[in-house]
Amino acid sequence: MSSHAPVHEDAHEAHHGHSHGHEAGHGSLKSYMTGFVLSIILTAIPFWLVMAGVFESRAITAVFVIALGAVQMVVHMIYFLHMNTKSEGGWTMMALIFTIVIVAIALSGSFWVMHHLNTNMMPMSPEMMKNMP
Amino acid sequence: MSDTMIDATEKPQFYLTEEHHPESSTMLGFWLYLMSDCLIFAVLFATYGVLGRNYAAGPSPADLFDLTLVAINTAMLLLSSITYGFAMLQMERNAKAETLFWLGITGLFGAVFIALELYEFIHLIHEGAGPSRSAFLSAFFTLVGTHGLHVTFGIIWLVTLMVQVNRHGLIPANRRRLMCLSMFWHFLDVVWIGVFSIVYLLGVLG
Repeated sequence: MSSHAPVHEDAHEAHHGHSHGHEAGHGSLKSYMTGFVLSIILTAIPFWLVMAGVFESRAITAVFVIALGAVQMVVHMIYFLHMNTKSEGGWTMMALIFTIVIVAIALSGSFWVMHHLNTNMMPMSPEMMKNMP
Repeated sequence: MSDTMIDATEKPQFYLTEEHHPESSTMLGFWLYLMSDCLIFAVLFATYGVLGRNYAAGPSPADLFDLTLVAINTAMLLLSSITYGFAMLQMERNAKAETLFWLGITGLFGAVFIALELYEFIHLIHEGAGPSRSAFLSAFFTLVGTHGLHVTFGIIWLVTLMVQVNRHGLIPANRRRLMCLSMFWHFLDVVWIGVFSIVYLLGVLG
C-alpha cells in the first residue's frame, strides 16, 4: 500500500474518500431511532417516579433515578456517539475508560474528604460564630 | 506491488505522499477534547455534590425547581440530538438541502432550550434566589450555566457550519467539522442526563 502507480493512486484515493464517509458516520436511521426511543423511555421513567411520587421511600427513588440516568448515558454513548471498542483502534475507548476512572476518583474522593471534614469539624458555639471574621 | 513500482516511469518516492488517516486522527483528537471537557463537568458536579445542601437558610431545590419546565427542556435537547442524527444521515447521502434543513431544526431546538433555561435563571434571580444567595445556588448556577454556555457555543458553531455548508457544499472539510459538532452536541446531551438526574430530580426529591 505504500507505493502506487498514478492511476492506482486515483482509484485508491476515490475509494479512500468513500470509505471514510461511510466509516465516519456509521449510524443508520434504525440505530438512531432505537437510541431515541430508548432515551425517551429512560427519561420518562425517572421524571414520572419523582413527579408522581410512585415510591414511598426516597432512597429507592434516588437509586432508580441514578441507575436509569447511568443506563441512558450508555445508550447515548452507543447509539448517538457510536462508541465501540474498535473505533480508532480502541483509543477512544481507552480515553473513555481513563476519563471514567479519573472522574470516579475525583467524585468519590471529594465526597469522602468533604464528608469527613463536615463530621469532624469542631462544633461551633454561638459565641464563636459571633466572633467569626 | 514491487512490479508496479519498477514499471512506473516516475521517480520512486520513499515518503508518504498523503496523510493516511487525516479524518480519523481529528476524530480521536476531538474525542480527547470532549473527555477533558468531561473532567470540567465532573469537577462542577463534585462541587455541587459537596455544596448542594448548604442552603444558608435560603430556598431548597424543592422550593425552586419546576419539574415540568425541566421535562420540556430535556425533551428539547433530546429532540435536537435525534434531528442532528438525521442531519448526519442526510450528509452521508450527500443531500445538502436536507442536511441544512435538519441542522436548522436542531438549532431551533437548541435555541428553545437556551431560552427556557434563561427564563428559569431570570425567574430564580427575580425571586431572590440568585447565585449569591447560598452555596447551593452558587454551585447550581455554575454547573447548569456552564452547560448552557456549552450549548450556546454549540449553536454558534452550528450556525457557522450551516453558512459554510451553504456556501461550499458538503466538502470533506465541512463533513469533518459536522462530525466534530455531532460529537460535541451528543456529548452535551449526555452531560444533561447527569444534570437533570442529579440536580433537578434528586434535588426535588430532597
